Amino acid sequence: MSLRVTDLRVHYKTLKGDVRALDGVSFDVGDGEILGLAGESGCGKTTLGKSLIRMDGRMRHVGGKVELDGEELPIGDDRRMNPFRFHKVSLVPQYSMSAMNPTRKIGRMVGELLRSRGVALDQATLESRLDLVGLPREVLQRYPIELSGGMKQRMVMVISTLLDPSLLIADEITSALDVSTQKSVATALAGFRESGVVKSMVFITHDLSLTYQIADTIMVMYAGKLAEKAPAKTMVEAPRHPYTKLLIDSLPEVGVRHTERRLAGIAGSPPSLLDPPAGCRFRDRCPLAFDRCAQEPPPVEVEPGHVVACWKADA
Amino acid sequence: MLRLDNVTKVYKVGAFGGKTLTAVDRVSFDVRPGEVVSLIGESGSGKSTLGRMILGLVPASGGSITFEGTPVKPGKAYYRNVQGVFQDPFSTFNPVFKADRVFAMIREAYFPGVADADWTARLRTALQDVRLDPDQVLGKFPHQLSGGQLQRLLIARALLLDIRLLVADEITSMLDASTRIDVLNVLADLKERGLGVLYITHDLSLGHYLAERTVVLRHGEVVETGVTEAVFTRPLHPYTRQLLAAVPRMHAPWEDAEPVETCLYHKHGATGRLYAAAEDHLVACARLGDCPKES
Ligand SMILES: Nc1ncnc2c1ncn2[C@@H]1O[C@H](COP(=O)(O)OP(=O)(O)OP(=O)(O)O)[C@@H](O)[C@H]1O
Ligand code: SF4
Ligand SMILES: [Mg+2]
Repeated sequence: MSLRVTDLRVHYKTLKGDVRALDGVSFDVGDGEILGLAGESGCGKTTLGKSLIRMDGRMRHVGGKVELDGEELPIGDDRRMNPFRFHKVSLVPQYSMSAMNPTRKIGRMVGELLRSRGVALDQATLESRLDLVGLPREVLQRYPIELSGGMKQRMVMVISTLLDPSLLIADEITSALDVSTQKSVATALAGFRESGVVKSMVFITHDLSLTYQIADTIMVMYAGKLAEKAPAKTMVEAPRHPYTKLLIDSLPEVGVRHTERRLAGIAGSPPSLLDPPAGCRFRDRCPLAFDRCAQEPPPVEVEPGHVVACWKADA
Repeated sequence: MLRLDNVTKVYKVGAFGGKTLTAVDRVSFDVRPGEVVSLIGESGSGKSTLGRMILGLVPASGGSITFEGTPVKPGKAYYRNVQGVFQDPFSTFNPVFKADRVFAMIREAYFPGVADADWTARLRTALQDVRLDPDQVLGKFPHQLSGGQLQRLLIARALLLDIRLLVADEITSMLDASTRIDVLNVLADLKERGLGVLYITHDLSLGHYLAERTVVLRHGEVVETGVTEAVFTRPLHPYTRQLLAAVPRMHAPWEDAEPVETCLYHKHGATGRLYAAAEDHLVACARLGDCPKES
């Protein structure tokens, strides 16, 4: 098992109290597996990604643990996490495209970055990685501003994986890109796993159809908790959680026209995580809710590899 | 209703304006009442520039844009008929004021004589038309509302003016799947009421869901246009096909897709003049039928 997350709880400290952004989440990612993490805005995807590598100042690790290749990650301890970053776990963040230093040529920036991590630049590896994502070698002589969005995104992917981390987390790296660029970036990302540069990957996006294209397993979160996790094909063909079902039904795939089939959104909005309601968090939007939903539904493995947190998972 | 005829926009670029960049190149299409036209293009294709020209926010360099036969002239009279809604709803609202201030501003500018009770009734109707509960959204600050609610407030504001044409530029790209479909359905309702809608997007599936007609733009030029059904089910231009093949779909993995045929003569397919491939289906190549394609 590459990554094992057990009952992870991470809160944001705010003046009004704790925002319970991750409220007891457990899952595994196997060797060579790409896990797609989906769910609507604010459900805790970025929080989960950041927790595995670098918490920001307001985040607090309040419970649970994270193990990578059998070793516990000291996620609550910024200094002790340092040796793991880049070497064992790496992140391509949401909006990473603007994060590159604009005053340095890319080649020089990469060298400086590696030196700051105490590693010498291996030119051959760097070049082979550029080939892998389909970037010409001359990008190293260019400034970040001279690269298109898709090229920048690929460059950040190359940099984050130079030290062959075991786990790569990619947070919404394609959502600002056009369809054709999105496809080439997502395919290049999957290429890192195929070529063994990284062992496993967490691919975060709110776009289920995109996740389906590259992930082996999809995990859907709702309001800081796991709603459903299943092999990608099962998730889109036979989802069990009412939230996943409604989410999939609200997607206009090419081929659907409103005159023939009017799709519907999910009425209502997710609960506040400052003081989340007891019981199932999807309850006030769920068409199947009944008395028992006032108690929290535990995640249950309904068939091998398919986990659902819903009292009606068998319905 | 809205007619674009060979509309062109050339920007001056470079330190002394010495170079030029043609952002929009001889674009022609119509938007009729009760019709959604989707304008599909990737970033830099000129689709937002077109939207801004239609709204009179930037002047065209060539060609003509007419609304009901009259050239676009920005001003109160025009904006009573034609309004725009843009990508980022948060930037339209001032965070220090309550969100419904945008309605008060419309009232001051266009309807100073309308009595309070009458105005309240109109406002409630407009909100209900975009499927918002007035009691839930009025009196709130922007940060207390979701992106989809704010986007719908802006559409409601346009409806108060009794507009006939709405230009919607990437209005759903920042929204969640579930909210996005609600906003799209609101646009579909507008068309039922006889409004014309120009829906600008890079998302082909959303364009397909909503629009009667589709215009595909590349590097400022129209490469294919026509009835949505025809463009999506019988795409002719290699660029349209490439775009369609790249759309992630459930149940259809990318690796199972057939490779897109490229064009032997032009790297990405022909540009320039549009030829009728069928009634109401135009494509930028006269020879597609007998093109010896390379695969
Ligand atoms: N710095 C912060 N302080 C307080 N609350 C925060 C902070 N950052 C995020 N949150 C809250 O934590 C929850 C989870 O946020 P997170 O950014 O992880 O969501 P997400 O799933 O990544 O959403 P998106 O799809 O919009 O990126 C939300 O309720 C959010 O409002
Ligand atoms: S536990 Fe109840 S409320 Fe929650 S998703 Fe299942 S049926 Fe709906
Ligand atoms: Mg996020």
